Amino acid sequence: MARLVLNRADDMNQHGSQAPPAVLPERQSPPAFDEMYREDSSVRSAYAGIEAWLAATSKEERRLKAREAEVLFRRIGITFAVYTEGGDPERLIPFDIVPRILDHAEWNVVARGLTQRVRALNAFLDDAYHACEIVKAGRIPAILVTGNESFRPEMQGFRPPIGAYTHVAGIDIVRTGPADFYVLEDNCRTPSGVSYMLENREAMLRLFPELLARHRIAPISRYPEFLLETLREAAPPACTGEPSVVLLTPGQYNSAYYEHSFLADEMGIELVEGPDLFVDGGFVFARTTEGPRRVDVIYRRIDDEFIDPLTFRADSVLGVPGLFAAYRAGTVTLANAVGTGIADDKSVYPFVPEMIRFYLGEEPILANVPTYRCGEEDDLRYVLEHLDELVVKETRGSGGYGMLVGPCASRDERERFAAKLRAWPSSYIAQPTLALSTCPTLVEQGVAPRHVDLRPYVLFGRSVRLVPGGLTRVALTEGSLVVNSSQGGGTKDTWVLED
Amino acid sequence: MLARTADSLFWLARYMERAENVARILQVGHRMASMARSLENPSNEWESTLAATGCSVGFHAKHGKNADTRVVIDYLVQDRDNPSSIVSCFETARRNARTVRTALTADMWEALNDTWLGTRGMVASDFEPGRVVEFLDWVKHRSLLFHGAYANTMLRNSAYYFTQLGTFVERADNTARILDVKYHVLLPTAEAVGGVLDYYQWQAILRAVAAVRSYHWVYHDRLRPWYVAELLILRPEMPRSLRSCYAQITRYLDLLAERYGSKRGECHRQAGETDARLRFGRIDDIFQGGLHEFLTEFIDDTRRLGGEIAKFYLVS
Repeated sequence: MARLVLNRADDMNQHGSQAPPAVLPERQSPPAFDEMYREDSSVRSAYAGIEAWLAATSKEERRLKAREAEVLFRRIGITFAVYTEGGDPERLIPFDIVPRILDHAEWNVVARGLTQRVRALNAFLDDAYHACEIVKAGRIPAILVTGNESFRPEMQGFRPPIGAYTHVAGIDIVRTGPADFYVLEDNCRTPSGVSYMLENREAMLRLFPELLARHRIAPISRYPEFLLETLREAAPPACTGEPSVVLLTPGQYNSAYYEHSFLADEMGIELVEGPDLFVDGGFVFARTTEGPRRVDVIYRRIDDEFIDPLTFRADSVLGVPGLFAAYRAGTVTLANAVGTGIADDKSVYPFVPEMIRFYLGEEPILANVPTYRCGEEDDLRYVLEHLDELVVKETRGSGGYGMLVGPCASRDERERFAAKLRAWPSSYIAQPTLALSTCPTLVEQGVAPRHVDLRPYVLFGRSVRLVPGGLTRVALTEGSLVVNSSQGGGTKDTWVLED
Repeated sequence: MLARTADSLFWLARYMERAENVARILQVGHRMASMARSLENPSNEWESTLAATGCSVGFHAKHGKNADTRVVIDYLVQDRDNPSSIVSCFETARRNARTVRTALTADMWEALNDTWLGTRGMVASDFEPGRVVEFLDWVKHRSLLFHGAYANTMLRNSAYYFTQLGTFVERADNTARILDVKYHVLLPTAEAVGGVLDYYQWQAILRAVAAVRSYHWVYHDRLRPWYVAELLILRPEMPRSLRSCYAQITRYLDLLAERYGSKRGECHRQAGETDARLRFGRIDDIFQGGLHEFLTEFIDDTRRLGGEIAKFYLVS
């Protein structure tokens, strides 16, 4: 049975890069949790309707529908762009027509856990750029906060409107048992994929209206409205009237460009590129056919380093000169805030449960995957002794650089890696491989279980908003645990059933 | 709206219009070339086809003197080195559309995207002289679909006005070029000596702008060169005439000015001037002053107008 590799270099994040395919060989591990069937092969109640539907449709019909879905996605242009590798620059992410289902009770726990986690992450960000109480209390080492590569000293002492830092967070969740949900990764910078969540539902509504009608599925189509409300709530103090909100994209060659245009369209706001904006007299303006027009809130899908060549990377042509100064002066809001990368850093991840206790005085509802910090002597010893069972990741390196998938590596590779570990222990963390839950999925031979994860999107404004569900990603290759779309990963519609 | 968005709408409309015009001109060229021997036509029809599409210079730079059927068709249909080839036009239009997806309606996007997907699915044999007519018909249908999509689904706001401006600036330029390439057969002296060949040339001009039937409805007469010229230059009821195009151009420039607090610029003045010349002009005077001179000046004016529109609205 395949197991989860805790490497999620994520092609849906701009700051992530590609990870090598990590397919584990069959090993003597516990069987993965099957979300549709119990161990005695009886079907779980949430999936009863799906089982009946699968039984009533032929392989040919299903294949036809799958093809129809593909044509649909092509026509709408739901693609992610890869302009560097040759071949078709606009690719489709495979869409699997069998939905992934969570019942109401399961989702409620996850939703409460997400809300709690995102509140804590925001509190941490505010603390990190102000008094650093959590460091003073000795709950997290200073080196991981102010010494972090993603820490932006420019943000110190500045509090964004309504204290919101991660207006949009994507929290990656995996499941290993009936009630066992783990947070695998927090994405606090510019998480993407939400357009697939929404378009997948639209596709299902078009392809299988009767199947959907037979279920009571919690709707998700309010997401763009929630997002716009969240962004408006974060308007800067200088804005007196109706806030003018825009979405800032790096442009059509960005892999998530479709999503940028989709969200702007759904919210009815302008999709702008850096050169469309300029700063004058401390205010931000858009160049329009009527002359300059004030901009109050920028939902930016550009990384920190690129937003302002005067403050960050001088060679950036994607950003707007003077934008950061305007942001700090409170004439414009950036969402997400600058410097949120310290909250989703791999080395900070193990401390998120501690943040929940420290800032909220609560016990975490969603567990972290156990993580060994190799900088700690005891942890290091354990990791060195169990290298063949663990996944070791570099804390700073993005993507699969300097990563070891223990169970896949040769003895030689492990030994060479152990040497690096001993030399720079604090640059590494290690995690066990988990058995990742499976969902029925359309494959060549019929329908078979495939491993899935879940990325719900959490909006942080005056209140925390989220729509039921998220984006389910599925590893289409048998035994594979890698759900990344660049490596044969697909997506599914995610249903949360109402009571 | 964003100046960049307006710019992209303007240009995507221009490129869709250009694709249709290239297809129409090519269809006529194809027809004339197939009749060349029976008409004892000494001139190379493909040369005038290249001239009418504004592709002569680029073509000869690439292929030298050789204006052979197959080479010309390839250059006008699918050569990516030619920015005005039909496939290039569709690609550019779609690229512009993609940068401003939020300004397009879903139907507009689908019309553009399906067109682009369609060309991607084609192979070299689809463009061979024997089959290209089928392709050209398809191109016309796609262009008509695009026009229908935007005419029927776009909000009547500045996005629509800029799209219309793009269409009509491009169309004015194209009609003028078609006429100019054949101006010599339209001169009054030509009718006196007008043989069968000239007759087919006049007809070819009308075909290129889909106006053979319209001619008969308007004039109830056999083909006469100055009527042909009048129909395409001065008649307001002819949707591809220069006059019609400028009536639309001034209309949408006025609507934009109204919307933007009555601000007007050189583009408004210049469009108004050309519009007045067409509205009050007489075909006799145009021939008197020289048809070729009139058309060259018109093509120049229209090019300048495009520049002025860009200066005033599209690059702020």
